[in-house]
Amino acid sequence: MLSKKQAKMFFLGGTAVFFLIFIGMTVDTLVNGVPKYTHASQIDDQVRLGRHLWDSNNCMGCHTIMGEGAYYAPELTKVYERRGPEYIKTTFNFPGGWRPNGRNMVEYNFTEQEKEALVAFLKWVGESDLNGFPPKPSVQLDK
Amino acid sequence: MKFKSQKVAYYFFALSMLLFSLQIVYGFIMAFAHMGFDGLHEWIPFNAATATHKNLLVVWILSGFMGAGYFIIPDESDTELWSVPLALLQFYSFAIVGVIAVVGFHVGWFEGRKFLEIPRPLDYLVALNVILFLVILLMTMFKGKKRTTTAWVLTSGLVFAALLYLPGMIWFDNHTVDSFFRWWVVHLWVEGVWELIMGGILAYLLIKLTGVDREVIEKWLYVIVGLTFLSGILGTGHHYYFIGVPKYWLIVGGIFSSLEPLAFLGMTLFAIQMYRKGNKKHPNKLAIYWTLSTAVVSFLGAGLLGLAHTLPGVNLYTHGTLVTAMHGHLAFWGAYASLVLAIISYSMPLMTGRKIFDNTIGHMAFWFANIGMIGMTMAFAAAGVAQVYMERIMGLEFMKAQLEIEPHFFVLIIAATVFSIGVTLFIINFLKFGSPVDEAIGQGEEFSALQTS
Ligand code: HEM
Ligand code: HEM
Ligand SMILES: [Fe+2]
Repeated sequence: MLSKKQAKMFFLGGTAVFFLIFIGMTVDTLVNGVPKYTHASQIDDQVRLGRHLWDSNNCMGCHTIMGEGAYYAPELTKVYERRGPEYIKTTFNFPGGWRPNGRNMVEYNFTEQEKEALVAFLKWVGESDLNGFPPKPSVQLDK
Repeated sequence: MKFKSQKVAYYFFALSMLLFSLQIVYGFIMAFAHMGFDGLHEWIPFNAATATHKNLLVVWILSGFMGAGYFIIPDESDTELWSVPLALLQFYSFAIVGVIAVVGFHVGWFEGRKFLEIPRPLDYLVALNVILFLVILLMTMFKGKKRTTTAWVLTSGLVFAALLYLPGMIWFDNHTVDSFFRWWVVHLWVEGVWELIMGGILAYLLIKLTGVDREVIEKWLYVIVGLTFLSGILGTGHHYYFIGVPKYWLIVGGIFSSLEPLAFLGMTLFAIQMYRKGNKKHPNKLAIYWTLSTAVVSFLGAGLLGLAHTLPGVNLYTHGTLVTAMHGHLAFWGAYASLVLAIISYSMPLMTGRKIFDNTIGHMAFWFANIGMIGMTMAFAAAGVAQVYMERIMGLEFMKAQLEIEPHFFVLIIAATVFSIGVTLFIINFLKFGSPVDEAIGQGEEFSALQTS
């Protein structure tokens, strides 16, 4: 039967091996993968400001982006493609808060530049290669 | 209780219970908002409620882990805690940082990083606090006469949990990279180092409650945490499928995360096996219930319901839907919430000398909470699966699908009420213990004599 010492070796050895593989894959992902998959060269000051606003307002606390966030409000990865820039911009400073289908968005007070920045960020996200996410529905009842 | 200083644990457990009850309040706020009743929107918008719900969860569980550390490490190392005043300082600073964070969420001071919403400046305070906690534990271990495997596994889990918090504090311009490292915290916590903590606490409880030989228990502990890292480290890939990184994560993440349930299955078999081998003479029935339920429900919530959506082909459709919330609830409940309730149920009678360990309220708390949570999981499952079909397969707009699934949130609220009754009863029992007393020192040690071999 397995002894306590062997069990310990299994734990330490296995952890070390898989940790090293993980680090190797991480380096490859960051160096070779991410720049290509996310068009990192297109991250300019506008996209950066947009991401900062996305972050500091916790938009992810209602929406998902790349499928991550909360499930109260729509997935926004492809919102630029779906709605276009003008529609997106009207949602922010809507008096009393944008309330399209009975769910309330927070009323913001963004400047024109900030709105543009958020649009630029959402456009950048939508152009990233996400391995096929979000999936294409088999039927399009709403088109 | 063997040592006077173990009483410090009580403060952390009390804080845990307080934050847990607040967490539930915010759960209700969100459940009502999902049903269309968002009357609080102006004061507590959904994004403030969700940040509060998730962070209170993390903080009360961490508080429970810290209490467990302060209770278990002196006992295992056979010595008083290194410094009680510092431990109290650590407690108060921890509570204060927690309060600031929660108040901050309500005035829009947060970061849009799921589970890590606490703003960066506070992160530094959290880090300092945790360093103090770890120094106290490590110093206790080094001055102690004994260094057991259980103590090591528990402590290294806590140390690595602290280290893994750091990559989550770096700012990256690229959203994908930010997300990549956010999972180093969130995933490598719950499916990595927290399992060390879980294994350590479960091993301690099983040694105490079943009387089975420590060597046997600790051997299996190594096997289980070995399985955890074997699958869990590369299993991180299941969060990398669709965030803008190479396709090899689909294969690696799919294979290794599918193996993750093995570690949880290991915990289940381990606990049940040890219980059957044991002498069943320990009078603290409630602690045994919670210990066994942790081992079983964690496998259902994390293992089975995790497996249900971990393959890339399935996850493509369920990613970012209420299916995730279904799994998130039962996994956190089964593995970590129940674990904290188990160590509280075990330690409170020893700290206070009150023999509340087999009463009706306690048993009712156990069944209401577990049945309620299983009901909540089913409500989320129904809502999530319906959402996937309508939105992702039939191409309905998000809000149209949401209006269709509102009734499931009514069911959620009913089940959540049952759950909350259970939690309330648990807290009533907790309050009945009162605070720890010095007379309890030495009491309860008679059960150590019940060792089976
Ligand atoms: C009365 C009890 C509770 C209710 C009504 C409730 C309700 C909710 C709701 C509505 C959400 C938001 C889903 C969304 O993003 O739209 C949520 C998120 C969450 N809750 Fe609860 N909750 C309760 C208790 C708990 C407990 C006890 C735990 C942990 C043990 C927990 C863990 C979580 C987690 C981890 C999330 C994030 C899930 C995800 O985004 O995938 N909740 N909860
Ligand atoms: C106790 C252990 C676990 C806990 C507490 C837990 C909790 C969670 C939570 C809260 C999320 C939502 C994360 C977010 O979207 O930000 C999540 C996601 C996920 N979990 Fe777990 N989990 C555990 C174990 C597992 C295991 C063992 C598996 C696989 C077998 C698994 C598979 C997944 C998958 C695939 C997702 C991604 C869902 C999505 O695409 O949105 N989990 N888990
Ligand atoms: Fe994970």
